[in-house]
Amino acid sequence: MEKIGEIKRINGSLIIAEGLKGVKIGDIAYVGDLKLIGEVVRISGREVALQCYEDTSGLRPGEHVISTGTPLVAELGPGLIGGIFDGLERSELELWKKAGPFIKKGYRVIPLNREKKWYFKPGVKPGDRVVEGDIVGVVRESKVVEHRVLVPVGINGVVENIEEGEFRVDEPVAEVRLPNGVKREIKLMQTWPVRIPRPYKERLPLAQPLFTGQRVIDTFFPIAKGGTAAIPGGFGTGKTITLHSIAKWSDADIVIYVGCGERGNEMADILTHFPELEDPRTGEKLIERAIFIANVSNLPVSAREASIYMGITIAEYYRDQGYDVGIIVDSTSRWAEALRDLSGRLEELPAEEGYPAYLAERIAEFYERAGRVVTLGSGRRIGSVTIMGAVSPPGGDFSEPVTSTTMRFVGALWALDTELAFRRHFPAINWLRSFSRYVDVLREFWERYDPNWFRLREEALRLLEESSRLEEIARVIGEKALPDEQRLILLVSEILKEGFLVQSAFHEVDRYCPPEKQVRMLRAIMEFYRRASELIKLGVPVERIRGLKNLVELLRLKEKKGLEEIDEAEKRLIEEMEELKAEYSR
Amino acid sequence: MSFEERGSEKAGMVYRTVTEVRGPLLIVEGVRGAKYNEVVEVKLPDGSEIIGTVLDTYSDKAIIQVFGRTEGLGLEVAVRFTGDVMRIPLSDDLLGRVFNGSFKPLDGLPDPIGVERREIFFSVINPAAREPPSEFIQTGISVIDGMNSLVRGQKLPIFSESGLPHNLMAAQIARQSTILGEGEEFAVVFCAMGIRHEEYEFFRREFERTGALDRSVMILNLADDPVIERIIAPRIALTIAEYLAFDLDMHILTILTNMTHYCESLRSLSIAREEVPSRKGYPSYMYSDLATIYERAGKIKGKKGSITLMPILTMPGGDITHPIPDLTGYITEGQLIVSRELHLKGIYPPINPLPSLSRLMKDGVGAGKTREDHMEVSSQLYMAYAEGVKARSLARIIGELGLSERERRYLRFADEFEKRFINQGVYENRSIERTLEIAWDLLSMLPEEELIRISEEHIKKYHRKYRLQAR
Ligand SMILES: Nc1ncnc2c1ncn2[C@@H]1O[C@H](COP(=O)(O)OP(=O)(O)O)[C@@H](O)[C@H]1O
Ligand SMILES: [Mg+2]
Repeated sequence: MEKIGEIKRINGSLIIAEGLKGVKIGDIAYVGDLKLIGEVVRISGREVALQCYEDTSGLRPGEHVISTGTPLVAELGPGLIGGIFDGLERSELELWKKAGPFIKKGYRVIPLNREKKWYFKPGVKPGDRVVEGDIVGVVRESKVVEHRVLVPVGINGVVENIEEGEFRVDEPVAEVRLPNGVKREIKLMQTWPVRIPRPYKERLPLAQPLFTGQRVIDTFFPIAKGGTAAIPGGFGTGKTITLHSIAKWSDADIVIYVGCGERGNEMADILTHFPELEDPRTGEKLIERAIFIANVSNLPVSAREASIYMGITIAEYYRDQGYDVGIIVDSTSRWAEALRDLSGRLEELPAEEGYPAYLAERIAEFYERAGRVVTLGSGRRIGSVTIMGAVSPPGGDFSEPVTSTTMRFVGALWALDTELAFRRHFPAINWLRSFSRYVDVLREFWERYDPNWFRLREEALRLLEESSRLEEIARVIGEKALPDEQRLILLVSEILKEGFLVQSAFHEVDRYCPPEKQVRMLRAIMEFYRRASELIKLGVPVERIRGLKNLVELLRLKEKKGLEEIDEAEKRLIEEMEELKAEYSR
Repeated sequence: MSFEERGSEKAGMVYRTVTEVRGPLLIVEGVRGAKYNEVVEVKLPDGSEIIGTVLDTYSDKAIIQVFGRTEGLGLEVAVRFTGDVMRIPLSDDLLGRVFNGSFKPLDGLPDPIGVERREIFFSVINPAAREPPSEFIQTGISVIDGMNSLVRGQKLPIFSESGLPHNLMAAQIARQSTILGEGEEFAVVFCAMGIRHEEYEFFRREFERTGALDRSVMILNLADDPVIERIIAPRIALTIAEYLAFDLDMHILTILTNMTHYCESLRSLSIAREEVPSRKGYPSYMYSDLATIYERAGKIKGKKGSITLMPILTMPGGDITHPIPDLTGYITEGQLIVSRELHLKGIYPPINPLPSLSRLMKDGVGAGKTREDHMEVSSQLYMAYAEGVKARSLARIIGELGLSERERRYLRFADEFEKRFINQGVYENRSIERTLEIAWDLLSMLPEEELIRISEEHIKKYHRKYRLQAR
């Protein structure tokens, strides 16, 4: 159903064309002689406005626009894992091979490799009844991902035939006869329009943490599988590194990393490290479970907008196979700016800071695509999509529209703090401004490691809050002027910060901290606080406590590999404290 | 004019149908199908020529933005459409040459003849083809090498204020930079945007003295040159840098100064276009626009050359949250912040390490590259200096006597750190070993237990106390 129109005007990424009859909003069109990819964004009378996803230099009025009649779709099938794609799902590795290291305009590459053969193992037999979302068989997509081939949405019927063996993604592996007698082929790949959420049967309450191995997140501001989190912060506060750490160490089955309008070198960095680093759970390389979408900052802005929908659609597709998927977007602000850019070119009435009035709606819709669900298909297959997005507020000001809107829609907020970043306290997550709505849900998980977890966590947070207040006072009168109980609070909070919250993403051991170690460390520090408070009551000056030779052990717990080492370190400190106690009890 | 095919007379419909002139914008009626971003030549009645590009194109008219002087622009100009986007000729003959912001020779030599002509606006390295930069550049400046190491292929700007010695620093970096264990020097592509003659002369003399001039290319748009030309000057510079780096395998240091003037031109243009402004009147697309400049730095897999980029900008009102430094910091791989306070104390280079950052440092330092303890020492210096600065501001309120012993120690540390580590001579070229040695001397002022950002193993190996014992 092709329709041909003519370009009337070109203004940056915005193309005005005439003569395209019967097109719909969202239809993809090929623009100009180079067949650049564009999408219909407005129709008014004879005029159709298109957003072009590629650089429009050299395009001229009078060239043709050909509408495809179909919306922007994602190709879904084996071959996604380990790949790196742009916002329109063109494989950047293929582009590089074909066109050289610089991006060339109008280059077509098909997302999924059509040459590669995959070994398909059927899971159903001829005569079996299948419904949409059922698994008809599997393909080993990577060392850790078994790709479950799903009956596409809208197909319910009886398996006519199905074959085991080597197939290309676009070859039929099975045939299903619908009740009306029509036969439909099932292939390893299918497509889905990216702007429409993929359907599921039922939403479930969240129950498990997405464990990240980052102490300040897991212990204080955790995120649940199927939940949402945002990480806002000025430049250099640690958004990207924190998200990279989560991409590396979280216990998601599949990680989708969307580099949206950010640095090319950060994508290069992740692409270099993922094939080398080992997943602490599977022992396989991280690349075996990762998909990258890289629409970097110097690529056409318009395609940023598409890139996050591409990412989330792929995430939903693996969710539908029964996986826990984590999708990371760095940065959602760049996506919002792309919205603003288009809106401005369309001369829509701007709301705050030039952003369109529908900004909040779009942000909410995006985060709504997270969740833990019962997937389509027979039985109760459960999968989840967890969304984590960076937000880049101009001037570090959290009251700007994208940050303030995002904060309303997410379940957890990891607020980054410039002051902390300046003193290289990383992750620079501010414990007073951050929140998580998932703590209660996840309590059960943690109490398996320590029945007192909840209390320890509360106490530690309270102590940190109290110390912020005391620091304010100390800033005016000096720490020395505070009573010893209060100086102890300052001391312990320092230990909590340096010994627990600070976690280097580049430390061989500490970059990933397992749950049992997190709990153990917290317990050791809070136990120290309890004993030290007793000492203060006995009249031990706080300077003596600060002078404990083994105090430094608490600050080095994070470097320890095993729990036994932590036990020993704690024992040494307690012994020293006991001596001090004896000295003052006499 | 070097932007279009000389001698090929076919290119070029001429129109004398300008109906409106608005600042640097011209509306030309009756043009059939001008290409978006096509280059045009505008001939003024007095015979002078300026170039422009097509900004908005309709079936029967085009809006042009010109990059040259706008005085004298009127309805009687002739506009010639070249049929091509903006390109420049490239060859190794460009080395040693000086051009203005429209690529006209300023050195009295003829127009360059290229072996190839390349588009200057759209150039994007495929992220999959990028090689992460990882070779440590020794600048000989402790506060950079020790705490904010630069690597080859990085983009690291200097955020300064007027009256501070950023030019001196940039020149020192250009002069001293070497790769450890490799003699190779950088060739410099220098792009001036709106700087004063005196500043340019300073750089020129510097490059002349060190012999870098023969291996450098200069693109100059000085303070009294056309403002809008600043939009194309850095793109010409980077197109040349890309050619030298990725076609001729050279290591290029590109200095762009002053990006604040560039951004102001962008703002003027945006105002002329009557666009909805974003913060402080700057256009909402400034982030993306700057990215198309800064992101051209880097390395490519399988290619030997590199582009290291050092933009210099002055923060209006010293405000780091101003859109120019803010958006720059969001794109570049860190920033070096020049501090007026340190400058007033007589410290050179007055780089305040706390808000400074090199994001690529971690890939360029450590065992086998600089030294195993480098990253930890850097982190510890950060922490200790931050403590010291905190103590200093406390002391201003309650007096030094009100400080605890620990606070007093950190205060002393901060003072010594500024005097001995940050401070150094304009011609002092410190090796990385020397830099780390000074760092350890300073850290030894603190109790060993406070050095918790450093592993026990490295403390035993490098702390002065143990080194002295070992002797
Ligand atoms: N967890 C961490 N461990 C160690 N260093 C970190 C950590 N997080 C951030 N950093 C440091 O901060 C710098 C900036 O972090 P990045 O994530 O790139 O900031 P943003 O994305 O917010 O601009 C990094 O280059 C690194 O030096
Ligand atoms: Mg970032």
